[in-house]
Amino acid sequence: MQDVSTSPGSIARTAPDRAVAGTWLIAVASILFAALVLAQSLYKAEVIGWGFETWRPIALAYVGWGVALALGMVWRRGIEGHKSLFVLPAVLFTVAMVIFPTFFGLYIAFTDWNLSSFEGRRFSGLKNLYALFADPYYWNALGNMVFYVLTVLVQYAIAFGLALLLNAEIKARKFFRVAFLLPFMLSPVAVSWMIGKSLLEYRYGPVAKLARFLGWDSPAFFTSPWVAKTSIAVMDAWVWIPFIMIMLLAGLQALPKELSEAAKVDGASKWQSFWQITFPLMLPVSITAIVLRIIFQLKLADIVINVTAGGPGGATDTVSSFIFREYRDRSNVGYGTMLAEFYLVLIIIFITLLLSIANRWVKKTQ
Amino acid sequence: MTAMAHTAARPRHVTPVRLGRIVGKVAIYALLIFWAFVSLFPIYWTFSTSFKKAANVMKGHLIPWIDYVPDWLGWRSLGLSPDTLFNTSTVRDEFLNRFENSVIASLSASTLAVVIGACAAYGLSRFEYKFGPMKNKDISFFFLSQLILPPVVLAMPFLVLYKELAFLDTRIGLILLYTLMVLPIVIWIMRDQFDTIPIELEQAAMVDGCSVWGAFLRIVLPIALPGMVAAFILSVILCWNEYFFAALLTSTHAKTLPVMVASQTGSQGISWWSMAALSAAAILPLIVIGITLERYIVKGLTAGSVK
Repeated sequence: MQDVSTSPGSIARTAPDRAVAGTWLIAVASILFAALVLAQSLYKAEVIGWGFETWRPIALAYVGWGVALALGMVWRRGIEGHKSLFVLPAVLFTVAMVIFPTFFGLYIAFTDWNLSSFEGRRFSGLKNLYALFADPYYWNALGNMVFYVLTVLVQYAIAFGLALLLNAEIKARKFFRVAFLLPFMLSPVAVSWMIGKSLLEYRYGPVAKLARFLGWDSPAFFTSPWVAKTSIAVMDAWVWIPFIMIMLLAGLQALPKELSEAAKVDGASKWQSFWQITFPLMLPVSITAIVLRIIFQLKLADIVINVTAGGPGGATDTVSSFIFREYRDRSNVGYGTMLAEFYLVLIIIFITLLLSIANRWVKKTQ
Repeated sequence: MTAMAHTAARPRHVTPVRLGRIVGKVAIYALLIFWAFVSLFPIYWTFSTSFKKAANVMKGHLIPWIDYVPDWLGWRSLGLSPDTLFNTSTVRDEFLNRFENSVIASLSASTLAVVIGACAAYGLSRFEYKFGPMKNKDISFFFLSQLILPPVVLAMPFLVLYKELAFLDTRIGLILLYTLMVLPIVIWIMRDQFDTIPIELEQAAMVDGCSVWGAFLRIVLPIALPGMVAAFILSVILCWNEYFFAALLTSTHAKTLPVMVASQTGSQGISWWSMAALSAAAILPLIVIGITLERYIVKGLTAGSVK
């Protein structure tokens, strides 16, 4: 590590033989690693008789290759190499963990593979895709996702209200902030039981009792489709409203105080000054919060899996919970992966559109 | 409440404007208290139910010592009540094992993510990179775009991959996956943190003879510590609560607490006290973190949203 490049202000001045050694190191490590991968693949394909029991040594070899690459970079490019060391671990890690599974997933998606059948993996072309288009439950789940994403706007409205309350001149602000934040910390699985399975329970749940007291004769929260959907949305809102609220509160606290005071002097009512000053100024923060929240909402699964398992009749199903059951209950790996990949494509299109619309909107208002 | 009594006592001396203000104040506090109740009641309910007996549950008793006599029923079924604490209990062994798995998985994954994430964020915030066609902006986008990836897309490939690597049902497998899951968030928070630190500090240190890494480790990191703590705590929370991958990729050895809670939900029927005790034990660490470290959680959540 004591090379010349560490001296102040020097610009990548490394000894030439060092640079050559670095190039060699990278080349040799890469060839070794590639040879190992090739040998192991051949062993697994039963072409050659020598190899490792599992692929785990190959994972270690990948780490070793990463270290060699890093060292080679430093030797070859001096201070520039040192700089690249900062991102290298994260890049190598993410590439290993994402690139391979994504491509492998694409391959699985076009196979007919059920873990519970004896036949194993078979390439089946577009069969899964055709099945997907004919699967009413999948489209139903996608429809539900539209509903769940739209509830984000309701959550946003409530969160904005709460942020305004917390931003007012109140006592015990810290207590309220912590209290409001707590639901966000809890695990969705625990929330499923705490709220879904006990507070909303038909016979003994306190909320059901309250509903009876208020005149709803049979407060069954998970038997009719729209009531069930709303109950899931309420639980989800309970967990996630604090997230939006905290972001909005930070935005409110960063607003210049003079503006609202000036509006007050001008005789604007609170209502007017909110809509004409606070809200437009909060637009960038609001859009960040909503976009982030929608991204998380598209992954909604835990609560649905644990409270209703998609019922009644798929009314509460999200895409993720539907695919989860496809994997776990039906072991239908090929088809489930096709559903997931198709969903990913939809998400990417949707988020790209959303971001470009949001960007344009923010630019227009500024 | 006091404000209400106040207006009732002296209504004649109050001008309409002041009356309006007082009504506004009362409304604000009423709403605040209402939402605090909404937020806290399920938590209160879970903790209080873990001390109830069957009759208390059915009658809907709510307040201990007034409505019902607290009992260790729920905690006894977990083997964690005072009288069973020193006996052997298979349920407690299972619970402690799951708890340990959760602690180790979330702490290790968060540490790993903060270490490699902080380095990457620093690099992206300070230096110009060019990896082929990818520049800084593209690399940042590459990391952040992982946030969009829904777990279901990775689930099956990982099941197969982990089977080949013999990582299935191991803690190390879970740790790697959780690191991947929180890495984009860590990078997001840390980049925001590093962007606020003036670059002159490092330049001065480098003039004094520090290397790039020396300046980073000795000058920048101590200043960025609050951001690192925020990123770490947020990561721990997310990992602790993770259910989807844990449910698919672990079975006996590396099962985490949420999976245990979920598997008990269906089977327990009406023995709410034991479910309540289990849920309470699962959320207690988070509530403690939430109350004591709220400042950092807020810092982490608001990183990058307010310029």
